[in-house]
Amino acid sequence: MDLMTILQICDSALRLATPLLFACLAGLFSERSGIFDIGLEGKILASAFLSASVAAMSGSVWIGLLGGVAGSVFLALLHGVASITFRGNQLISGVAINFLASGTTVVIGENWFGLGGRTPQLSGGARFQDITLPGAVTDNDALREASAPVQVYSELMSGHTILVYVGLLAVLGSWWLLYRTRFGLRLRAVGENPESVDTAGVSVIRMRYSAVLICGLLCGLAGTYLATGLSAGFVKEMSAGRGFIALAALIFSKWRPGYALMACLLFGLLEAIGNRYQNIEIGGFEVPVQLMQAMPYILTVVILAGIVGKAIPPRAGGEPYVKER
Amino acid sequence: MDKIPKWVDIALIPLINLFLALVVSGLVVLYIGENPFVAMKILVNGAVGSTYAWSYTLYYATNFIFTGLAVAVSFQARLFNIGGEGQAAIGGLGVALVCLAVPWPHWIMALPFAILGGAVFGAAWAAIPAYLQARRGSHIVITTIMFNYISSAVMIYLLVNVMKRKGSMNPESAPFPDGTTLPRAFDVAGWFGLPFSRGPLNVTFIIALLCCLLVYLLIWRTRLGYQIRAFGHSESAALYAGIPPFKITMLTMLISGGLAGMLGINAVMGEAQRLVTDPVQGAGFVGIAVALMGRSHPLGVLLAALLFGMLYQGGGELEYEIKGISREMILVIQALVILFTGALDNMVRMPVERLFLRLRKGSA
Repeated sequence: MDLMTILQICDSALRLATPLLFACLAGLFSERSGIFDIGLEGKILASAFLSASVAAMSGSVWIGLLGGVAGSVFLALLHGVASITFRGNQLISGVAINFLASGTTVVIGENWFGLGGRTPQLSGGARFQDITLPGAVTDNDALREASAPVQVYSELMSGHTILVYVGLLAVLGSWWLLYRTRFGLRLRAVGENPESVDTAGVSVIRMRYSAVLICGLLCGLAGTYLATGLSAGFVKEMSAGRGFIALAALIFSKWRPGYALMACLLFGLLEAIGNRYQNIEIGGFEVPVQLMQAMPYILTVVILAGIVGKAIPPRAGGEPYVKER
Repeated sequence: MDKIPKWVDIALIPLINLFLALVVSGLVVLYIGENPFVAMKILVNGAVGSTYAWSYTLYYATNFIFTGLAVAVSFQARLFNIGGEGQAAIGGLGVALVCLAVPWPHWIMALPFAILGGAVFGAAWAAIPAYLQARRGSHIVITTIMFNYISSAVMIYLLVNVMKRKGSMNPESAPFPDGTTLPRAFDVAGWFGLPFSRGPLNVTFIIALLCCLLVYLLIWRTRLGYQIRAFGHSESAALYAGIPPFKITMLTMLISGGLAGMLGINAVMGEAQRLVTDPVQGAGFVGIAVALMGRSHPLGVLLAALLFGMLYQGGGELEYEIKGISREMILVIQALVILFTGALDNMVRMPVERLFLRLRKGSA
């Protein structure tokens, strides 16, 4: 395997990791504030559908982005109302949101476009285009002849849509917000010990709603990238468990942004290898294609089974806060 | 402390929740340009308007009783088993292996082994997430969801590469021998000289009813059931009382998976008469809604399963009659039922409780 092949796989891994990364950071904010969110999947699906639909109708991917984020934020608010205001079961609310997204995207999509739950194929300004960084070699033949650093720069670092770079910046941004601002300190505290935050005169309800909104925003970016960057349109059930894989990555990373990037890149790499090698032969035994396809899910279980040692979730996670009288 | 009357808790509030879910579903129908009242009429008519409709409604209800009971049992121990879909599919595999392994002379002999096959395979598929939860603390919600995806890969692999019928283009097993054909409702009705439409309803329905009874006895009349409920109420209290968490987690999930796996008797042995890649058709997920609506009580599960059976059958007719409404509309209604009866329960409960307490104060 030459450098170019490796680079191509890594390049693809980065693309595939991006939606996971947004979703994982989304879950990070929500869970750090004490709100479990297994509805990431539904939010990704809803925003993928709305971003692709709005982009198809308006012809502009940026308006599509707004649509996608709006859809995801709406579902996030629904989760907030159910789990913060009405102190409902957060798992059940998440399950409901996942079903709601998977049903409405098809019902409404069929009504809008009549394409069996798809949106029209997106092209031109209705998709996020690849950005060529300055000085990158784009010609394939010239690239093959180029030196290794140029290859790395041109193949791996250049040529992604803007959302991939935004995703990498979001890791940095999340770290800064969580560990270097007053808001972040309060957010982390509210997920560990909400009573103390309440005693300090900060509204637990407001902190948790802010976290849920940030979660909605980031899931919106995940879905938008999926439908308008990675693919050219919405297909039903296109999120394909990414919301759950992101949750596994979140546990893997022990609720820390930097490790979340690593975990998501690992899952992305796995998917990239699976896509590239549909049939792998190991010692004369051909690995079935179904096994390759199921690999991300199997790996998720393996990671959850504690290969990484003990992962301790935020202490107040999943419990509604009842103010003391 | 004052409490609301029991009938409000178990009947009125779920009904208000259901009503709200239907209102919002109606709004969705209205939005896509159809008349919700016409849609409702078609749905009800398609679900209960003929013996043909009843046959399908009760057939679906049978599936939902199994998956609903599966989720209900796990809820009692406060374990959230979302893996009913995968456990039922693998249970179907177990049923198929039993049916294909022996040239069964009569269904009476095949049925007990098929039940065993379905239950054991379903339980085995639930055992791994259960073990990981009990020993490693892996979140059972995520692991069971992952096992749903893995089960679908397993089913496709087996049906494409191992169990595929010779000469068939579709990934499906060979048809089961005649000795495994379960009597259907029209056969049974025929014994008594009654007319009944040829539908998929079969004797499995009676097994499902028995399972409701058995689950009731298990949860409320046995030591294990008491331990499961105690564990669900407070893990630390249960531990203090000498109830081992590992054992309870494993047993609860094995029972839950076994119940889900028994869906295979109805869908694979009773209806399809061969194994296909997706015999479950979403029934595992419906089980969640059914258990929530039924308040995790077998009688409630039975009623909720009937309701969802109607919804499924009626929804199918709806798709057939009105072009603009796709089959996924059922999924929307299902999601709204879970949302209103499960997550937003307090939205209705709080005002209703206040109202009743005020009424009581007024009369006292």
